[in-house]
Amino acid sequence: MKCCYHKKIDRRQEIKLISMLKLSRYVLYDILRSKVVIAYTLFLLVVSCSLFQLEENHSKAILSLLNIVLIVVPLISMIFTTIHYYNSYEFIELMLSQPLSRTRILLSEYGGVSLSLLSAFFIGVGLPVLMFAFDETGMALLFTGAALTMVFTSIAFLAAVKARDKARGIGAALLLWFYFALIYDGLILLILFAFSDYPMEKFTLLLSALNPVDLGRIFIMLKMDVSALMGYTGALYKDFFGSGMGVFFTAGIMLLWATVPLWLAVRSFKGKDL
Amino acid sequence: MIRIESLGKRFKKLQALEDINALFTNGQVVSLIGPNGSGKTTLIKSLLGLVKPDSGSIFVHGKQINGDPSYRSDIGYMPQIGRYPDNMKVGQLFKMIRDLRKVPEADLDTDLLVKFNLVSIFEKPMRTLSGGTRQKVSAALAFYFNPDILILDEPTAGLDPLSSEILKEKIMQEKKKNKLILITSHILSDLDELTTHVMYLQEGRMIFMMDIETLRKETEEDKLGKAIAKVMRGGKKEALWINEVLLSQKNRP
Repeated sequence: MKCCYHKKIDRRQEIKLISMLKLSRYVLYDILRSKVVIAYTLFLLVVSCSLFQLEENHSKAILSLLNIVLIVVPLISMIFTTIHYYNSYEFIELMLSQPLSRTRILLSEYGGVSLSLLSAFFIGVGLPVLMFAFDETGMALLFTGAALTMVFTSIAFLAAVKARDKARGIGAALLLWFYFALIYDGLILLILFAFSDYPMEKFTLLLSALNPVDLGRIFIMLKMDVSALMGYTGALYKDFFGSGMGVFFTAGIMLLWATVPLWLAVRSFKGKDL
Repeated sequence: MIRIESLGKRFKKLQALEDINALFTNGQVVSLIGPNGSGKTTLIKSLLGLVKPDSGSIFVHGKQINGDPSYRSDIGYMPQIGRYPDNMKVGQLFKMIRDLRKVPEADLDTDLLVKFNLVSIFEKPMRTLSGGTRQKVSAALAFYFNPDILILDEPTAGLDPLSSEILKEKIMQEKKKNKLILITSHILSDLDELTTHVMYLQEGRMIFMMDIETLRKETEEDKLGKAIAKVMRGGKKEALWINEVLLSQKNRP
């Protein structure tokens, strides 16, 4: 009797998941028709291919590609997600008058958007990397790019749900991107400079976890030869990130960065008037 | 069947709904009437769970609505302004909602689809449709799943006279099937033949709710429009005529 009950619950969850995927499919379909994602894919493809063609040394090409990925992927993820959210307001409204829960609707939206951005990234950057630089560094780059896509899509959903109108939403998304991509580094430099007399290595390790972009950068840099130039801190980092623990740590923190904002977004979406 | 108990909703400074109590039962066609901004749409949106009320509770078929969305499978909703995904084709829209609602083919009500001749535009994307055609799509979608409760927000606004007549006929048919139908409209002549009950809202408060016979008897008017106007005039005066203002100034010492 008990086993049947469990089966029933499993079955119900299965149905829920299927209908979620179903909804995501329609979101995905709508996105693919808008052609922005296709342009994004082509842009990434052209940039990565030309970098690999221009640079003789593939490691150098990866380094240039890294900088582009760290700037462009979060930016596009955030802007695209916020604009998509406001554009699909009608769709969300339509879904809300159907017997579907709000959590399911928002998660399906997230699934659709992140899936389309991920596939753009894997085609645009993944394919060239697999062709030209199929090694540990290349894999680290792909992992970081994919994680950043998920993280910034999630943050953008939070910004879009919280903001009252389109202008505010996109503005908030841009500001957040500025913060994570540029301002945060400046702040860290300031802190390090001010406390340069103290041993700060462990502390900077903690600070890096507070910014997914930095975390991704360190994670990849340490897989490269350039880490030798980074002195004592670099050696400590290499010790940490080079081990299995480091991969685990990075993946865990990235997961947190992807799930916590999304969870907050769902929570605020549930109580929202539409 | 819908029961509303002391429902209240506030948007920042605006009290959109205040202490609304009502009972709607099957077979009724209830007209929600009131000036612009009187809270009709907010009330409808609360019923659908699109707006979360601050206080009070709503029961649909005896079950309070809070969180569980399954009650909405008994409701067909036609919004005031039907907005749909731009890139989606009309046919896909119907297919998608059918997919999500999981209603068997035999239970579908394609009456309006046929009468509005929507099948011929199944391949058109939603963004190319005119406002009136969109309205037809909304109407067909609301009736498509044969729900027990129909909520129609300004159903005839924007429809041409012929389509408006088709829709009204459809509403009459559904009324005979003992369904509960809620309509808001400013075109009172459209409601005349349909409605069985009138609920009058003003500034978020329910002024009265009564069946149409009582209303006609009390106001001694046959037409709904005139009856409502009489009730409104009987209430507090909203604005003074300019000659009244001048007169009151002249009389001032």
